[in-house]
Amino acid sequence: MRNKRGWFAVPYVVWMALFVVIPILIMAVYAVTTADPATGELQLTGANFTGMGVYLNVFLRSFWLAVVATLVCLLIGYPVSYWMAKEGPRFQRLAMALIMLPMWMNFLLRTYSWMSILENNGLLNQLFRAIGLLDLLGVDYLHMIGTPGAVVLGMVYNYLPFMILPIYSVIVKLDGSLIEAARDLGADGVRVFRRVIFPLSLPGILSGVTMVFVPSVSTFAISSLLGGGKQTMLGDLIELQFLGGAYNPHLGAAISMVMMVIVVVCMVVMNHFGEGEEQAVML
Amino acid sequence: MSKELIRLRDCVMSYGDELVLDHINLYINDKEFLTLLGPSGCGKTTTLRMIGGFLSPTSGDVLFDGVRINHVPPHQRAVNTVFQRYALFPHLNVFENVAFGLRIPKADAGGRKVKLPEREIQERVMEMLSVVNLKGFEKRPVSALSGGQQQRVAIARALVNRPRVLLLDEPLGALDMRLRKDMQNELKRIQQEMEITFIYVTHDQEEALAMSDTVVVMDGGRIQQIGTPEDIYNEPKNAFVADFIGESNIIDGIMRADGVVEIFNRKFQCLDKGFDKDEPVDVVIRPEDVDIVDEAAGQLKGTVTSVTFKGVHYDTIVDFYGFKWLIQTTDFCPVDSRIGIKIDPDGIHVMKKSAYSGMFGDYSSYSEEYEELDVVEDESQEGEGDDPWEDGYEE
Repeated sequence: MRNKRGWFAVPYVVWMALFVVIPILIMAVYAVTTADPATGELQLTGANFTGMGVYLNVFLRSFWLAVVATLVCLLIGYPVSYWMAKEGPRFQRLAMALIMLPMWMNFLLRTYSWMSILENNGLLNQLFRAIGLLDLLGVDYLHMIGTPGAVVLGMVYNYLPFMILPIYSVIVKLDGSLIEAARDLGADGVRVFRRVIFPLSLPGILSGVTMVFVPSVSTFAISSLLGGGKQTMLGDLIELQFLGGAYNPHLGAAISMVMMVIVVVCMVVMNHFGEGEEQAVML
Repeated sequence: MSKELIRLRDCVMSYGDELVLDHINLYINDKEFLTLLGPSGCGKTTTLRMIGGFLSPTSGDVLFDGVRINHVPPHQRAVNTVFQRYALFPHLNVFENVAFGLRIPKADAGGRKVKLPEREIQERVMEMLSVVNLKGFEKRPVSALSGGQQQRVAIARALVNRPRVLLLDEPLGALDMRLRKDMQNELKRIQQEMEITFIYVTHDQEEALAMSDTVVVMDGGRIQQIGTPEDIYNEPKNAFVADFIGESNIIDGIMRADGVVEIFNRKFQCLDKGFDKDEPVDVVIRPEDVDIVDEAAGQLKGTVTSVTFKGVHYDTIVDFYGFKWLIQTTDFCPVDSRIGIKIDPDGIHVMKKSAYSGMFGDYSSYSEEYEELDVVEDESQEGEGDDPWEDGYEE
């Protein structure tokens, strides 16, 4: 380290090595081995990866639900961010506080409360019964918990702030004279948005999408609580291999590795897309 | 000059209690190069934004070709703007920046929106890029351009739409001295070539004098004087204009008769007429209109207090009875020497007293005043510094 200040990074480097790099190496070892049931000795094998095919539906569901949740977050988050950025600073502070507020509460607690809202005899169904909606439909209750929709709802609810914040911070910094210039050149409101504001907010969209998609695709608590055990996602599958009845840490490690690779590939592709715009915003 | 194109009629702009524009009356002729000149906060940019459609006056009318356009939004005006910081679209390359306006469908004679054919867009953009000497730059990202080049993209982007009027908001403010001079000539050439009305905002009086057909001097939200550069310089209306445009010694005087003004109890011949007898007036004497002679032969006698070599001439500060004058002359007079001066009748300009009387035109704090000028220059040059040689401008 030629730079003296480089020593400040030492604690972080040590931390990363101990708790990130070494665990990943251990996982990699686990993923390509299996334990002999009798002796407990590790034997090299590719079976963990080849045998993963039976879980294809879990992989697909995970990606599908994560993509849907990310899209919903984007569809809700972009207009909210845009609106916030256009308002005055007092409103912005208030809105920011409201968006951050749920995050002060424990993540599990929030998800549990959604359970009691969505249950067959939960708050929503009680409300529907009280206003006569259930009688109108001729059913005892609306089946909400345990559906893919409930899982997506849980993910959107938990991860929406991660979509709003990056998009908002890009739009709020957007140079107002660019919008004036576009209007001056003959662009009406719609065109100003399409040709100037939206393209310039792409970097925010990209980081928002990454920040929502990555935790969504690997989530486990939301899907097991709101999915009612029927909407198993990759995170649940991995948890099951380490802590659950299907105890097989080797398979769990292999699935984790595959997921990690896929997420990294997604992020690289995404960042590649964003590169041009990133520079544009720096300007 | 031809017919009137834009008229501001009694335009007032106020934010709450703050009066930004105070009853502006102004007309602008077709194909004219008009400059709004004044210090920052004088209302010149507000006036420009009113014409561009970004602001509507609190009261009064903005007329374009005789039609009231107070509330017509910017995208429906036959006016384009070159913004102070260029406001180029960072996500588009040079070509697409210039093509931005052309790609927007315009209503044809029948009111239908039609798109320009791609070939015409291509031709017009390339033609415009050659007008601003940026041929070969069309594929570059705008972030890779120097300040001067960005400036020319901004001009091309506005002019390619063939506006009736081009508004320029201190467009040369961010460029260095030399590049600024080149761009002044460039702008004047483009304006004459394309026969478009230019409305130009600046705080730089030299720029205003060099480029304009008409100069509008503003201060405090009011128009102080409208005239040709020669008028503004030779016949300033009040002490503000006299001081803001060039250097002036402004002295209290008394008009004793037509063509006779008294300064420091001494009568001078002048060309000004039409004042009341014994009316107190402000007398402007430009530093270059004063001749230094022997003390004995002088109309006024004083002591030199400082001399600065300026290249073409010396800036000589002379104390006359406690009032310090700036005299620009090629003769060197050492500090503390006694000199006399002579002023020809056409070197004296008499103005009515105004709210600005007594505020300007004394050079006792000469050096400080120069520093102030430097500060203004610095502000305007913040950000990019440009090397004209790196600019590709010489190609």
